Amino acid sequence: MLTIFRKELADHFSSTRFLILFCLIAMVALVTTYMVGASLKTELAGVAKPKYVFLMLFTASGQFFSLSQFITIFGPLIGLIMGFDAINRERNAGTLSKIIAQPIYRDAVINGKFLAGVATVTIIMVAILLLITGLGLVVVGVVPGMEEIGRLFVYLVISVAYISFWLGLSILFSIFFRSIATSALAAVAFWIFFSFFISFTSSLLANTFSPVDNQQDVKQVMANNKIARAINLVSPVVLYSESTSTILDPFRKTTKSMVLVGRMEQISMQRFQNPLPLDQSILVVFPYLITLLALTFVCFGFSYLTFMRQEVRA
Amino acid sequence: MAAVIETEGLTKRYGRHTAVENLSFTVEEGEIFGFLGPNGAGKTTTLLMLLGLTEPSAGSARVLGFDPVRQPLEVKSAVGYLPEQVGFYTDMTALENLAFVAQLNNLSQTEAARRMDEALNMVGLAQEVNKLAGTFSRGMRQRLGIAELLIKDPKLIFLDEPTLGLDPDGINKMLDLIVNLAREKNISVLLSSHLLHQVQRICDRVGIMRQGHLVDTGSLTDLAKKMGQGRESAGLEEIYMHYFKEG
Repeated sequence: MLTIFRKELADHFSSTRFLILFCLIAMVALVTTYMVGASLKTELAGVAKPKYVFLMLFTASGQFFSLSQFITIFGPLIGLIMGFDAINRERNAGTLSKIIAQPIYRDAVINGKFLAGVATVTIIMVAILLLITGLGLVVVGVVPGMEEIGRLFVYLVISVAYISFWLGLSILFSIFFRSIATSALAAVAFWIFFSFFISFTSSLLANTFSPVDNQQDVKQVMANNKIARAINLVSPVVLYSESTSTILDPFRKTTKSMVLVGRMEQISMQRFQNPLPLDQSILVVFPYLITLLALTFVCFGFSYLTFMRQEVRA
Repeated sequence: MAAVIETEGLTKRYGRHTAVENLSFTVEEGEIFGFLGPNGAGKTTTLLMLLGLTEPSAGSARVLGFDPVRQPLEVKSAVGYLPEQVGFYTDMTALENLAFVAQLNNLSQTEAARRMDEALNMVGLAQEVNKLAGTFSRGMRQRLGIAELLIKDPKLIFLDEPTLGLDPDGINKMLDLIVNLAREKNISVLLSSHLLHQVQRICDRVGIMRQGHLVDTGSLTDLAKKMGQGRESAGLEEIYMHYFKEG
């Protein structure tokens, strides 16, 4: 497995695909951060003792969008682009039957490929975060505290898990579909649905099952919202964006929207306006994290099963 | 002489379609055994079952004393398999392709280098090792494929249609190479083909397959004798047609 892992890693790093992807992301990240940093400096000029300025580099949107929004939408593309032809390209080239005729277990092929992808994603994300940290130091001149570094680390872990989910999904498609174009298309279709259409779908279904006739009726609105939220949470994109915004913003104490927050919870939130400590933030998003990881494992486990049973012919 | 392959009632079904049915045969050490039959007769399926790449629906096999279902790694480390459409990483050189196979076989650096040298000389590609595998002609690819098998230092090799799509010169080189391997390195060869003249030239024994059944096995002279009086000198083509007219 190590042999395949090494080869795949080398392939990723020497491919033009990786170079283009990395340049694109690095460019967007740097431009966004620079703009955010510049506007932060002017806006926070008069504020006494602003808190968590460093994290705002990631969450505040400058001209277009914030960096964490950018990763939410385009992070999946990194995973998809690295995985959509992982297996079927080798099958079409005839190298797959050669590899599995060597004295290795069959799962070594898919494990090696998946792990090499995860390693590449990790390296991309670490590089980007470090670049931004450096740029933040230069432009804004704030030094991140221990707490902020801890939050960024958790953010990094969630992001890698999130992108790995899409990597696993695209590897699954590359096992299912013999044609590279089909698997790319299927992966992109999933990405578009879960990123852009899931909210339409959820509100459509929510309105069908429990329509709101009267906006003043709290019960109706709540029932409707609950359904919509449950459906939204199927999407890894929603899971990711809600958990990272809680992690990166210490003042967010819940992942729920205001409508769904209970009366007592609202009172307590108004009374205690201090930021949440990191471990409490983690506690809030923990179920999300677990779901995201579970989705990744289900996806990978499914590709594993299919691949082990599939007959590989020349 | 010991048998390198023994099968007993080997059967493979895909749903309701039976690809290989009740296959029993043996291959002796050091011999070249040819699997004959039209496309779709179950030749490749049989090779895959013997390698442990697909599970038989019934029956059993022993390859070099190992059970391919339970000990696939042992089988795969001693048996070389050249698929019909052998593929290479086109963005790597021939040498890099070979080195990758050597790594997958867990060879040490020095051992890998020694075997790669030997294999490349044997197949006559020593001059071309630093070219990208993507630039190779069909004949060179087949020979590079053989070199990859030799990396394992195999006792037995499976060749699936090794001469398909080669020019006459390439076919001759390939056949000579196969005979060389069998005679000089004492490698047993199981090859499948539907090109009768070539099989006739190099095989010690042949097995004829039709629609998943092994119709008959034996040396050419044995098979010719079975055809009856006055036809002892029959060539493989006549023998083959004889079997296919029956069915």
